[in-house]
Amino acid sequence: MTRSNDGTLDRRVVVAELLREPGDLLVVTGLGSSTYDAGAAGDRPLNFYLWGAMGGAAMIGLGIALAQPDKHVLVLTGDGEQLMGMGALATVAASGAKNISIAVLDNGRFGETGAQFSHTGLGADLAAVASACGWQTVIIARDMDAVGLLRTRLRQENMFAVLRIAADEKPRHLPPRDGAYLADRFRRALGVTAD
Amino acid sequence: MQHATWQEGVYAALKTAGITQIGYVPDAGHKYLIEAAHADPAMKAIVLTTEEEGIALAAGAWLGGARCALLMQSSGVGNCINMLSLPINCRMPFLTLVTMRGEWGEFNPWQVPMGSATQPVLTAAGVHVRRAERPDEVAEMVAASATLAFDTQIPVAVLLSQRLIGAKVWVK
Repeated sequence: MTRSNDGTLDRRVVVAELLREPGDLLVVTGLGSSTYDAGAAGDRPLNFYLWGAMGGAAMIGLGIALAQPDKHVLVLTGDGEQLMGMGALATVAASGAKNISIAVLDNGRFGETGAQFSHTGLGADLAAVASACGWQTVIIARDMDAVGLLRTRLRQENMFAVLRIAADEKPRHLPPRDGAYLADRFRRALGVTAD
Repeated sequence: MQHATWQEGVYAALKTAGITQIGYVPDAGHKYLIEAAHADPAMKAIVLTTEEEGIALAAGAWLGGARCALLMQSSGVGNCINMLSLPINCRMPFLTLVTMRGEWGEFNPWQVPMGSATQPVLTAAGVHVRRAERPDEVAEMVAASATLAFDTQIPVAVLLSQRLIGAKVWVK
């Protein structure tokens, strides 16, 4: 079935561009394909991948952003993960934190479980939700020119972006999934461990 | 140090423990702490739409080198269960103060099921649980629980009993 909001962007190409030369960008990825995409773009200590805790990516990003006001946080997640944490769009906006952006890879499907239609595939508009929750800068990207512009803006602005990606499934690329290891190396890379 | 109320003692214990972020859902039992957090320029007070957001917030705080506490009511504990896999899997500290409903002098039957289940559910999910009954033990219990949570990197909940807080007076 084809829907009017079906995207055409290649998710791996999109994420490779968004995370190109990441510098000290602090990246949180949501459970599922977003984690694989970020791992495929290049594993690094300042990527924190979720392999569970669905719906938590944006709030983890907020906790980091509040703790590290001089750095920028990018939450990279999917439509299904963000739908589960939709209230967090209101919480992050209400917090007043400006050093955080959220990029939703939106294919309108639950990719992990057989590509059933998600709510965004059935008419829900996460960009409109974010706007209504108080996000001042909300963008929908449908082509790579727009993605190229977003790469810089997502690292500098307090932005919510929806990237319309194609629904095809990519080969699994599995970054580390030991949570204690991921957390410890993130903190060491930031220099916030006591030892 | 002596404080005029146990609530002031609890806030002081959180400050001493190095807490700089507090996530909360609105709750009459946590009224003092919520207002104190908002009045404190060194504290980030974050209002949540649902309790599990606070677990993710605390995880992010820890990743960023800060310490966070979550204030909630017993009715919110059930919302948190799967998200507790986050601190447990990632060997992160987690500290929550839970005001109890559905026990001492409760008038609302809808509070009873989750109030009765709060402690066993937290224990089953892997959270270390303490329970405060008397005003003179609360601040010390919060301080000791913060040490346990942040120094050994485990999730710890302090239940504040309904008898301690005072049963909600519905008809005034």
